[in-house]
Amino acid sequence: MSAQPSLTGAIEDAALRSDRFRFEREADWKRLEAIVARMERGQLYRLSDEDVQALPVLYRTAASSLSVAREISLDAATRAYLEALVQRAWFVVYGPRSSLGTWLRGFIGGGWSASVRAMWPDVLIALAVMVAGVVAGWLLVAGDPDWYGSLVPGGLADARVPGASREVLMQSLDGTQGSSGLAAFAAYLFSNNAQVSILAFALGFAFGVPTLMLLVHNTAGLGAMLWLFNGQGLLPEFAAWLSVHGTTELLAILLAGASGLHIGRTMAFPGELGVLEAAALAGRRAAQVMTGVVLMLVIAALLEGFARQLVADPGGRLTIGLFVLALWLAYILGTGRNRYGADA
Amino acid sequence: MSAPPSPRLRGSGRERMLVTPEGIALPITLASKGARAGALLMDLVFVALLQIATTVALASIAFGGLAGFFEAGEQSGGLGAVEFLFVVWIIAMFLFRNAWFLFFELGPRGATPGKRIAGIRVAARDNGRLSVEMVIARNLLRDIELFLPLVFVASASEEGGGAAGLAALAWFMVFALFPFWNRDRLRAGDIVAGTLVVEQPKRRLEAAMSAAQAKSGEADTKQAFAFTDAELDVYGEYELQTLERVLRENRRESLQKVQQTIAAKIGRSDGQGQERAFLDAYYGQLRARLEAGMRLGERKADKFSGKG
Repeated sequence: MSAQPSLTGAIEDAALRSDRFRFEREADWKRLEAIVARMERGQLYRLSDEDVQALPVLYRTAASSLSVAREISLDAATRAYLEALVQRAWFVVYGPRSSLGTWLRGFIGGGWSASVRAMWPDVLIALAVMVAGVVAGWLLVAGDPDWYGSLVPGGLADARVPGASREVLMQSLDGTQGSSGLAAFAAYLFSNNAQVSILAFALGFAFGVPTLMLLVHNTAGLGAMLWLFNGQGLLPEFAAWLSVHGTTELLAILLAGASGLHIGRTMAFPGELGVLEAAALAGRRAAQVMTGVVLMLVIAALLEGFARQLVADPGGRLTIGLFVLALWLAYILGTGRNRYGADA
Repeated sequence: MSAPPSPRLRGSGRERMLVTPEGIALPITLASKGARAGALLMDLVFVALLQIATTVALASIAFGGLAGFFEAGEQSGGLGAVEFLFVVWIIAMFLFRNAWFLFFELGPRGATPGKRIAGIRVAARDNGRLSVEMVIARNLLRDIELFLPLVFVASASEEGGGAAGLAALAWFMVFALFPFWNRDRLRAGDIVAGTLVVEQPKRRLEAAMSAAQAKSGEADTKQAFAFTDAELDVYGEYELQTLERVLRENRRESLQKVQQTIAAKIGRSDGQGQERAFLDAYYGQLRARLEAGMRLGERKADKFSGKG
């Protein structure tokens, strides 16, 4: 055992060289631990500027202490402490860099539309499936009106059932009398639609098949209703009534279905990557699209709850609906072309 | 992952290596299934409690307000206020269900309150940063993994079970058992998001062993127990660390037992009644010898490995 001249206090008492190494650096470790603990609790505002500046340096010091300790020290407790400390500090230093605000800005400023464009094959498939669903719904009900009851849920159908007179159907499209209950209606619609679209997305995990079934089921109901209104010569009025919010809502459902399909398709055909990497890549892209879908559904609910009930004229309704659709398409196709490549 | 698990970490198969950008390998431990289940259960309880509390609070405001409006004879104003509260309620329920996990896992701690209590957190599988998209993706999948099948199970059991109930239960079990079917214990959400759930250890810095001896005034006993190189060469790093653990726990019976074992092994008969001092001295000298060897590049993993 070597007895070398040493520094002060505890360092002097330490008989082992590795313990002296530890005492010389202990204060830095403790300081790093305090800073990390405060950041973990989200109390960034309570950190001084010095501490914030010192964090990366302290982290690197602790990391190098760890690799030195692994070479010279057999003090298991200190090594375990350093491993835990460096790991915690690593998560803080290399944690999510962007705050939610910054992320949202990048998201709205083109990140979202780039992600949507990156999954265009899935969008086209989902669109084809939805169109097929509408056609199937129409044909089924045209062949046998009894199908109507099983395609359109009872609560939604209300007075809109086969055999209803033209006046009743006309009445159901009016909805301008009395503005009370609109906000509650809008909130309810949003919550319901958002949950359905999250479901469509999540079901993509089973290789996309259930997502497609959900899309077909939902659009078949739409086809059935189209048939019903067409029977009374009210198709243009119904289309106008639907288009106010429907263009936004159907687009959102389309994208939700496409997101689910994107994941399912990637997992079934991962290409050059491993299944896990491919799934993770697709999942992150789809998650971004889904965030946009939820926001779209908020807008759709507002349009449905307010704009549609306040504008009764079919021409006005159609204008609003098509205008909003044009806005969405321009936004999706136009933004984020330069900053985000094909692989956003 | 990128480096094989270190041989020092024995057992459960939950150890992974994370290599920091500085090139330092950090051992991380995957969260146990029990910790994850417990964390999820706690989070669900928290969410349910918050939902109930919000509902009760909003309902009582609504009824109180409505009564006030009726007394004032203004029913339409009252209904407007109630409608507003209803909107708040719908949105609050939606957010509790969908945003609770999102909000907390996006924080610097990367963990919901339940996960914090269980001492675990979310991490990116590729050793990179945990991104917002990952957290969104892993939590959106909760819908089919958890909420939906549970709703189905509940509604099927109300209708008397049968085939629908079994199907819903099977659905639930498929996702609940997902972590058992892959090496990294990923649930469906983790697969899609590219995330892992790992333990987040929190350790206090223990007192240094050699300094603790010095402080307790036993520095001179070290001279009383001096061990020859031959006596020290019996053990290696693994035994040293076991001894360290025993000394830190400082329980009389185990100290006695370990002291007897060591004394028998190296053929010494002294140290009876002074077990602590004997072991402190042996620990200090063994560690000094092994560390001196380390500096020369000679390591002795345990008592079975030859020197150098």
